[in-house]
Amino acid sequence: MIEYAFKGSKRYWSWVIILLLIIGAGVGTGVYQWFKGLGITGMGRDIPWGFYIAQFTFLVGVAASAVMVVLPYYLHHYKTFARMTVLGEFVAIAACIMCMTFIFVDMGRPDRILNVFLHPTPNSLMFWDTVVLFGYLVLNSVIAWTTFRAERQDITPPRWIKPFIYLSIPWAFSIHTVTAFLYSGLEGRPFWMSAILAPRFLASAFAAGPALVVVACLIVRKYTRYDPGVDAIRALGKVIAYAMTANFFFIGLELFTGLYSDIPHHVHHFEYLFLGHGGHAGLVPWIWTSVLLGLIGLVMLIVPKTRNNLSTLGFASVLVFVSLWIDKGMAMVIVGFIPTPLGYYLDYHPTLPELTISAGVYAMGLLIITALYKMAITVRERDLYPGG
Amino acid sequence: MYDSGKVITGLLAFAVLVTLPFWYTAAGGKGGFRPEPKLAPGLEGKKCVESKAFMRASHMDLLNLWRDEVVRQDLRVHFSPDGRAFEKSLTNTCLKCHSNTGEFCDRCHNYVGVQPYCWDCHMEKKLKGAE
Amino acid sequence: MDEDRRKFLKLAGVAALGIGSASLVKTVNGKERRSGKFPQALEGKRWAMVIDLAKCQEHEGCTLCMNACNQVHNIPHFDDPRHEIKWIWKEPFENALPNQEEDFLEQGVSKGPAVVLCNHCERPPCVRVCPTQATFKREDGIVMMDMHRCIGCRYCIVACPYGSRSFNWQDPHLGLGDINPGYPTRMRGVVEKCIFCEERLAKGKLPACVEACPYGALTFGDLDDPGSKVRKLLKSRYAVRRKVELGTRPGVFYLV
Repeated sequence: MIEYAFKGSKRYWSWVIILLLIIGAGVGTGVYQWFKGLGITGMGRDIPWGFYIAQFTFLVGVAASAVMVVLPYYLHHYKTFARMTVLGEFVAIAACIMCMTFIFVDMGRPDRILNVFLHPTPNSLMFWDTVVLFGYLVLNSVIAWTTFRAERQDITPPRWIKPFIYLSIPWAFSIHTVTAFLYSGLEGRPFWMSAILAPRFLASAFAAGPALVVVACLIVRKYTRYDPGVDAIRALGKVIAYAMTANFFFIGLELFTGLYSDIPHHVHHFEYLFLGHGGHAGLVPWIWTSVLLGLIGLVMLIVPKTRNNLSTLGFASVLVFVSLWIDKGMAMVIVGFIPTPLGYYLDYHPTLPELTISAGVYAMGLLIITALYKMAITVRERDLYPGG
Repeated sequence: MYDSGKVITGLLAFAVLVTLPFWYTAAGGKGGFRPEPKLAPGLEGKKCVESKAFMRASHMDLLNLWRDEVVRQDLRVHFSPDGRAFEKSLTNTCLKCHSNTGEFCDRCHNYVGVQPYCWDCHMEKKLKGAE
Repeated sequence: MDEDRRKFLKLAGVAALGIGSASLVKTVNGKERRSGKFPQALEGKRWAMVIDLAKCQEHEGCTLCMNACNQVHNIPHFDDPRHEIKWIWKEPFENALPNQEEDFLEQGVSKGPAVVLCNHCERPPCVRVCPTQATFKREDGIVMMDMHRCIGCRYCIVACPYGSRSFNWQDPHLGLGDINPGYPTRMRGVVEKCIFCEERLAKGKLPACVEACPYGALTFGDLDDPGSKVRKLLKSRYAVRRKVELGTRPGVFYLV
């Protein structure tokens, strides 16, 4: 099947070459970072985690969100998602690989990565995150490959795959929960130390991930002869609407607890995020953009007319995705560090090398999605239009 | 088989290239070259922390053990089999005697192609006679 | 290994050094190797430090303790605050001990700076989160850092509520002048911090900062020993610790 990814139109190959060029730039900059150290990034003593870990956090959500198509299809036999499920699983596979790469480029000594397995440490959430993420990648790869191969051969998938599919459902929740625990279990960082962080992560993930799948499906519809199904895309619109509502509700809960209790070290983080402090306001324009885009997107998704129209649904999905990317991929991790444990305010600016490496990782993920989708679509186009 | 001539020639060329070191030695090149680590002056007859044979075969394992015991267990003294006590320290014990790291350490390390990075942190004087 | 043999080896080790010391046997490639401690090593059950803020603040701008530490441990200097490596340094009182300043206005110590360093917590968050046990708590209470095992994930820095940990964002040799050959330097990509001079305790010496302070503002000792200097100070004066509400139980006390 994989050979289908190596045959394509000019447009397909130009897209692949663009991605390869970005990956090349990322790898080159990665080598530079390896020789110079992480000092080439915008991170520092007071902001020890930055853009890389934020992208990791966001993408774990995207990976987990595949469960939003898997669960209705396999658990409730929601046939509308039949032609979409594998597309969701492919996004999860790519997201998992991107997550691992972001962790890898964030390590000071990537040459010692095996120490995590040579000295396993169950009391460290980092250890568990590695385990569940790797497990999820294996699960999704096996499930997607087995079910898709069966589909191609027009047979029902083998029975042994069922337990793995059922296991993948709680597993999806676990990867994002453990990722939230990475943050919420730290007594020294009050902004994150909230029991609602894990549900909040899940809510934002179940909005952002399906939003990405909607956009991907619309692109597939436009440029190929394969149609994942209008009803399926609309149904995903509903999923995004519910998840986004929950996300805003949870943020509201955070704001209430933090601000009404008026405990200084809770208030300070929110103050920096939304208003800035003493000339430091690096995240203020971002977070308001995020709030605005998110609200517009949510309204468009709640109103049935704009939700059911595919072009407005696509637009709303983009708004939601960008809003949540800013919220998690920019703001959430950084605010936890400002003010610092010693009470200082400062701003974080990712550097050009840091952004180049990140772009390279994203391009790699997109390339994986492209190749996997190409494969799936070629197979299905043949089924739908035999003889070309 | 298509292009069988080219394929077989290619395979043969590959086999020759891979085994080139053996042919080179057989043809009387620098065959049987062995690195000869040189002791620093005045060390002849002195005893190391362990026997020569042990050190030759296992000095890296011993250093790894020292590292872990010093850092993780606060055990800083090594007793040699005959009861002599030494501080476990690469810089302050090993290199105090073996001051000519270039002739003593690097010769073998270069020969076997290993690049231990211990010295990046554990030796701050310029390596004497580094090769 | 049976108990008698262990005892014998221990005695042999003791004989070699002259005075009593612990001994342990490990195997390298099938051969037994014996290890021990220096006879003069200082041993404690819960090492701690008491800082007399009033005494310290009498000497404005004094950096003797910091200089000693930086020099002994080959700590590099970088101008960019993002890349700084700090083991012991001074912070304004309200930054070091937030929410404790108003209670002690009378004594005046909350106006001046406080020396800060790793607290060597009894329940250290950094140790809890480290995925490789590169940072760990020793039996004597010192929170130790194994820079050979550290993978540079910086989770410990994220978890530390005191900002006591530093990461080598670049090759530390770039920021080093004269190097103390008695202590190793570090490589880029690993985390480091104050280790209560465990390498000096092992040879019977007090921490470098304590030794360097001529005014006796820093006192080091065993919290578990009722007769120790630190216990006597804590008995006679009121002391605070940093962010006690977090339950980390710091081992560094500030007399106010």
